[in-house]
Amino acid sequence: MSREEVFVKLNEVFRDVFDDESITVTDATTADDIEDWDSLEHINLLAAVEQEFGMKFNMGQVVSMKNVGEMADIIIGCLG
Amino acid sequence: MKELEYPFDSEYILKRSKQIKRRLLENGTEFLHKKIAVLGGSTTHDIVRVLELFLLNQGIQPEFYESEYAQYWQDVMFDNPLLSRFQPDLIYIHTSNRNIAEYPAPGMDEERIEAMLAEQYEHFAVMWDKIADKYRCPVIQNNFEYPFYRIMGNREAVLPQGRISFLNRLNEKFYRYAREHDDFYINDIHYMSAAYGLDKWADPFYWHMYKYAVCMQAIPDLAYNLSNIMKAIFGKNKKALVLDLDNTLWGGIVGDDGVENLEIGQETSMGQVYAEFQSYIKAQKDIGVMLNINSKNEYDNAVAGLNHPDGILRPEDFILIKANWEPKSRNIAAIAEELNILPESLVFVDDNPAEQDIVGVQMPGVAVPRIGTPEQYIRVLDHAGFFEVTNLSEDDRKRSEMYKANMERQRQQRSFGDYREYLRSLEMRGTIRPFEPIYMARIAQLTNKSNQFNLTTKRYTQSDIEAFAANEAYITRYGKLEDKFGDNGVVSVVIGRKDDAEKALHLELWLMSCRVLKRDMEYAMMDSVVAACRGCGIGTIFGYYYPTAKNAMVKDFYGTMGFAKIKQAEDGGTLWRFDIPDDYENKNTVIAVHA
Repeated sequence: MSREEVFVKLNEVFRDVFDDESITVTDATTADDIEDWDSLEHINLLAAVEQEFGMKFNMGQVVSMKNVGEMADIIIGCLG
Repeated sequence: MKELEYPFDSEYILKRSKQIKRRLLENGTEFLHKKIAVLGGSTTHDIVRVLELFLLNQGIQPEFYESEYAQYWQDVMFDNPLLSRFQPDLIYIHTSNRNIAEYPAPGMDEERIEAMLAEQYEHFAVMWDKIADKYRCPVIQNNFEYPFYRIMGNREAVLPQGRISFLNRLNEKFYRYAREHDDFYINDIHYMSAAYGLDKWADPFYWHMYKYAVCMQAIPDLAYNLSNIMKAIFGKNKKALVLDLDNTLWGGIVGDDGVENLEIGQETSMGQVYAEFQSYIKAQKDIGVMLNINSKNEYDNAVAGLNHPDGILRPEDFILIKANWEPKSRNIAAIAEELNILPESLVFVDDNPAEQDIVGVQMPGVAVPRIGTPEQYIRVLDHAGFFEVTNLSEDDRKRSEMYKANMERQRQQRSFGDYREYLRSLEMRGTIRPFEPIYMARIAQLTNKSNQFNLTTKRYTQSDIEAFAANEAYITRYGKLEDKFGDNGVVSVVIGRKDDAEKALHLELWLMSCRVLKRDMEYAMMDSVVAACRGCGIGTIFGYYYPTAKNAMVKDFYGTMGFAKIKQAEDGGTLWRFDIPDDYENKNTVIAVHA
């Protein structure tokens, strides 16, 4: 899966989770950029991303992840 | 909403909760509003989020109070003013084995373990007692799930030093408290986690990352189970099963294959599956579920199938058997009408997805589970929790008999030319008295279940009912009705508030179970209320009618009781007045009443 394809899917997940069709995520997107993205919604977001890509984040990854770009990197790494 | 019916897609619910909520709020349901306090021993954010969806889908719109992280005990014991002011209708305590302060360890002496057990239990028991005293509302308390590791392996369950043994004993103490206290319910996460898979349920990732004692993906299961207990407490349980026959209660088609070729009994694997399912269905009678048949069949073939020597169910287990060639939705409507219950109290069980769809569309409100293949029928019906048991009253156990007696009465009614003559032939005996301890549970249950013959549709907990009984400013009456066919139990409730200055009584509640419609029981209740008024110098009675989607049948009830309408509100609500005449004559002449 290309990085672009990962971003297309990620974008869908974000829109579903935050129920907001205007969201477009980029490498630099962080929780500060999306109104409803707080620490509690973060859990739900990660669970939805895991389900979409059929992978699981480990604790170390979740703790260190800084923006959507890093999230995409981890996903691409998992999918091999 | 299909997405929220068992078996549901948990991932979908978690991901799309916002959109699902929006749709639930838009679909025009008339919700029951309830204030629910969620007191957590771990994070509860997503539990509340998903619980809200399931409750909305059950017709209950919750307003939540959520304790700060792990403040369940402090909130209660130190009277958090936010919680006090919230005045919850129900309190849910979400604790887990992560909240056990101290565990035994290998080698510890047993005396110390006993003391530890007592201490852990007391920590909870003082809180429950405080809630019962201060909030007087139903409490739902989690029991404990097993830990996800075992220091001593299999001996953990055997030795008192083991955590498994310790939690089992602590749970048993919780259950004893639940048996000995009304309005206290256990949310069995011990069972839930086992059914879900403990290793996944207790995934330490979610504890260490977010302080969740249960994994994210299991939250919908947890919330669904909770919503079932809550809907049962608030009187929204289902009441009856409507079952198909061919390939639902047995394998094969009785009309084509013949009774002797049906798959039922111990001869084949499939026959065993159906026999086990029939046993499961038969056992539902013991918790008060009414069984009915709705099958496209010749009536004689249906009954022949039910008399199969290896079958478990028998024709007499059913209240109504609709075996004909009518559309199934029409039969369901007829069943609801003949049983005098609302279609939304019915669960339709049919193996055929096409029939499921048609009934789902034609009869909105009727639960139509997607029951899957025969070996899945029991699990789907069971986990769906339609008939969640909270209080098992004597009435529940005898319900089928009572309804059968009702059918018998209807048959007899047809043979009488004159209705009053028929009523007299029933040899009715009524008991109408102020609320009494043994009936408090049933009275509270009636206030939560009665929708049609209910003037104000006020819902009360058992604690409320006890408070009315103890308050001298109120006149309370319950009515119990027996006749030659059987005992109908407590069927009518009236609560009136005395206004000493005006020498008047305000009827805050008047309800009657539809199973005794047109038996003149309402007249007997009226006579009793009038007598009570006279006994304390009250000369005027005010009646209130608050319209709902379901209580149109009593719109003019007070009119027929001789009240005069004195006010009509825009929403259709009405106020009625009755001045008790000096020569008031009892309206009931067919029921022999014992006060």
